[in-house]
Amino acid sequence: MNNNAAKAGSGATQAGRPARLSLADWMPKIVMAPTAVAAIVCIYGYMIWTAVLSFTNSRMLPTYNFVGLDQYERLFMNDRWLVALSNLGVFGGLFILTCLFLGVMLAIFLDQKIRAEGAIRTIYLYPMAISFIVTGTAWKWLLNPTNGIEKMMIELGFEDFRFNWLSDPDMVVYCLVIAAVWQASGFVMALFLAGLRGVDSEMIKAAQLDGASIFTTYRRIILPSLKPVFFSALVILSHIAIKSFDLVAALTNGGPGYSSDLPANFMYAHAFTRSQIGLGAASAMVMLGCVLAILIPYLYSELRGERHE
Amino acid sequence: MSNAAKRQTSTLDKVLRVVLYAALLAMAAVYLAPFIVMLLTSLKDVEEIRSGTLLSLPGSLNFDAWSKAWSGACTGSQCEGMAPYFLNSFQIVLPAVAISTLLGALNGYVISHWKFKGSDVFFAALLVGCFIPFQVILLPMARTLGWLGIANTTTGLVMVHVVYGVAFTTLFFRNFYQSIPVELVKAARLDGAGFFTIFYRIILPVSTPIIVVTVIWQFTQIWNDFLFGVAFSGFDTQPVTVALNNLVNTSFGGKEYNVDMAAAIIAALPTLVVYILAGKYFVRGLTAGAVKG
Repeated sequence: MNNNAAKAGSGATQAGRPARLSLADWMPKIVMAPTAVAAIVCIYGYMIWTAVLSFTNSRMLPTYNFVGLDQYERLFMNDRWLVALSNLGVFGGLFILTCLFLGVMLAIFLDQKIRAEGAIRTIYLYPMAISFIVTGTAWKWLLNPTNGIEKMMIELGFEDFRFNWLSDPDMVVYCLVIAAVWQASGFVMALFLAGLRGVDSEMIKAAQLDGASIFTTYRRIILPSLKPVFFSALVILSHIAIKSFDLVAALTNGGPGYSSDLPANFMYAHAFTRSQIGLGAASAMVMLGCVLAILIPYLYSELRGERHE
Repeated sequence: MSNAAKRQTSTLDKVLRVVLYAALLAMAAVYLAPFIVMLLTSLKDVEEIRSGTLLSLPGSLNFDAWSKAWSGACTGSQCEGMAPYFLNSFQIVLPAVAISTLLGALNGYVISHWKFKGSDVFFAALLVGCFIPFQVILLPMARTLGWLGIANTTTGLVMVHVVYGVAFTTLFFRNFYQSIPVELVKAARLDGAGFFTIFYRIILPVSTPIIVVTVIWQFTQIWNDFLFGVAFSGFDTQPVTVALNNLVNTSFGGKEYNVDMAAAIIAALPTLVVYILAGKYFVRGLTAGAVKG
């Protein structure tokens, strides 16, 4: 079909230009070639390369002395990595749940014919436009144990108010959650608001004619129809959580000690500053595994959905 | 369009609406507070910061912290403020956005209107590039940039951002071009129009919205990038995010929170301006990756 169209095309123009035919035929492929080469090399090639490095004992420079699964063994014996993984669990779980809860709530609230909806929406979403480094810098100041929120509350008369999570190894991970939720919850709100606006209004009218209250309508009809939006939000948020690197760098720099490290920070520290390339590569592969575990079911359902359309 | 209840307003409904507005405004205050605190802090002097609280007003408008953040504050060993790094970021962002958007438009055009055997597989393979954790490519990319002789250069960073941005731009354009009727392009091909003629005459003229969305998305992503910046830039090619992080973590003498906050606002300003001027397109970009086009 493709060939026919191209032939017909060149036939209709001036005759005697056979070069045109092959060029027109090849043009789409030529145009895509740079991207294809870049993708094959810089996505798949590099993935394999990192996988190979993770089986070597590379330290400051990549070497190719293969040591089997030693690096993975070391990785899962490494307390700092285990802390980073469990932080990711706590951070990711709370971050995703809080963002979903706030996002859905704000979207429903905003969907009630609110005056100045545009302005309020703009306020909820602006943190998404700024860098996690800026967010981290701002919250580092807000959560500062001596000068920040704590001092403000004490001056307001709450003498015994203590808020020193940023310097408490057991609580510091919740600081990351607070800052990340501030940044990303407006985005979830935007996703759900778009979803709510797409819900079939006939269906809602019918439910209300049947006497369903507004709460029942949301619970039984509207929210269930937004399942795909939930799914998308879940994938995107978990993706943000797994990749979180800059927020930690700016807000806590992994500290106190390494109590607020996330896997991305562990990887960067070992691969780039601590001359442990093999170990860093192994941690990157584990991160990739986490992402694929979420991504493959998602892409599968997306592609299947498209085929049904 | 809206899902609000259309019943008669009773007293209960009125009370509910008051509560609703109160909740919405309270949340708006929570979202705004960090920025207001940053702004207030940046306008105070060190003494006012020590004696006051987060929300106490500065005694007078004092822009010393701003000028220091712009041109005098120390980021690591250099003390030239944010200005040179702010320019670095523009030198990285502008070419990277232009190239990745152009490539994305052409790729999207091919994938939706010049399908060939394997183009769909290629698209699926490229999509993976939107999702991989970049930690998995950092080490090989660092080696490659070294071999190409563009380690620690702006060129190198532009290249990295183009390579990993093109997956997103292709996705955006492909989803948009899917909605252009195939018949339109087929007819043009029968009339003898070539690949680029159709692109210029038919596709580009209707592409303005998606170009705006893509440019804003890429601008925001690349401006806000920290990982590639910290891994692949040199001392004098650092983007603004890396410089900000260095500035905040450089501690010579006392901590100057006012300078930190002014520097943070400077680093955030370009993307905030874009967001305020073109929020609609920004939101469309955010949701485009999530909701099937």
